[in-house]
Amino acid sequence: TRAVVVEWTVKERSIISSIFSNLDYEDVGPKALCRCLIVYPWTQRHFSTFGNLYDAEAIKTNANIAAHGIKVLHGLDLAVKNMDNIKEAYTKLSTLHSEKLHVDPDNFKLLVDCLTIVVAAKMGSDFKPDVQATFQKFLAAVVSALGKQYH
Amino acid sequence: MTTLSVKDKDTVKAFWAKVSGNADEIGADAVARMLVVYPQTKTYFSHWKDQSPNSPAVRKHGVTVMLGVGEAVAKIDDLKAGLASLSELHAFTLRVDPANFKILSHCILVVMATMFPNEFTPEVHVSLDKFLASVALALSEKYR
Repeated sequence: TRAVVVEWTVKERSIISSIFSNLDYEDVGPKALCRCLIVYPWTQRHFSTFGNLYDAEAIKTNANIAAHGIKVLHGLDLAVKNMDNIKEAYTKLSTLHSEKLHVDPDNFKLLVDCLTIVVAAKMGSDFKPDVQATFQKFLAAVVSALGKQYH
Repeated sequence: MTTLSVKDKDTVKAFWAKVSGNADEIGADAVARMLVVYPQTKTYFSHWKDQSPNSPAVRKHGVTVMLGVGEAVAKIDDLKAGLASLSELHAFTLRVDPANFKILSHCILVVMATMFPNEFTPEVHVSLDKFLASVALALSEKYR
């Protein structure tokens, strides 16, 4: 299929750059992944080897989950650095999620919704409607790119 | 979706008790966000001259929406019966595509996160998400 190149305004680039340069990965990463596993428990299917996920408390105190949350969040750095070529940048990661991890691409949407909530909580009133719109547009581009190599 | 557990209902009622004092502000912010983040939703408000985030029409509509949410909390034990007339309104008069209920619910959750970051825990989030999905289902009841 022909690539649809996502266009970014100067303002949008600035918003994304600002969010990620001020992002506390060690805090936001674990929180976003934990929230996803708690709010959408079926996503736990990919974490059966991570230890105790019995309830919300167990998930929130699970060190393996926390470490993985940080790793996943850093996975977005690729898009921040390649905003004009997100699809190409995620070819390998897309293949990984499809061929090796077997993650249903719909799950990506669930995780980015939780990430949006966590970032909103951190930014408070600074998370204005246009900031939310830009952030969600960015995340949607990543989600789309991650789904591209599935067949 | 699934039925709400006793825990879900208690969680929603307790959270609502904490935040309902800010219902107007929550509603105004949620509707404003929806119109900006999901521009296709503006199609339902073409009769408003001013669709900008702080316009009186947007703020007023936010109040209306949150009054509906409050009503749903009060009738949480039987949403289908409790929201029957609201369902008729949405089905026959407003004819809002039910996909938009999910969109507005998401915006409400985002506002909860920005305004109540400490109270809007993952546990509250899951119960509130289930509740809003149940409300959406009850509102869709009369569509067809």
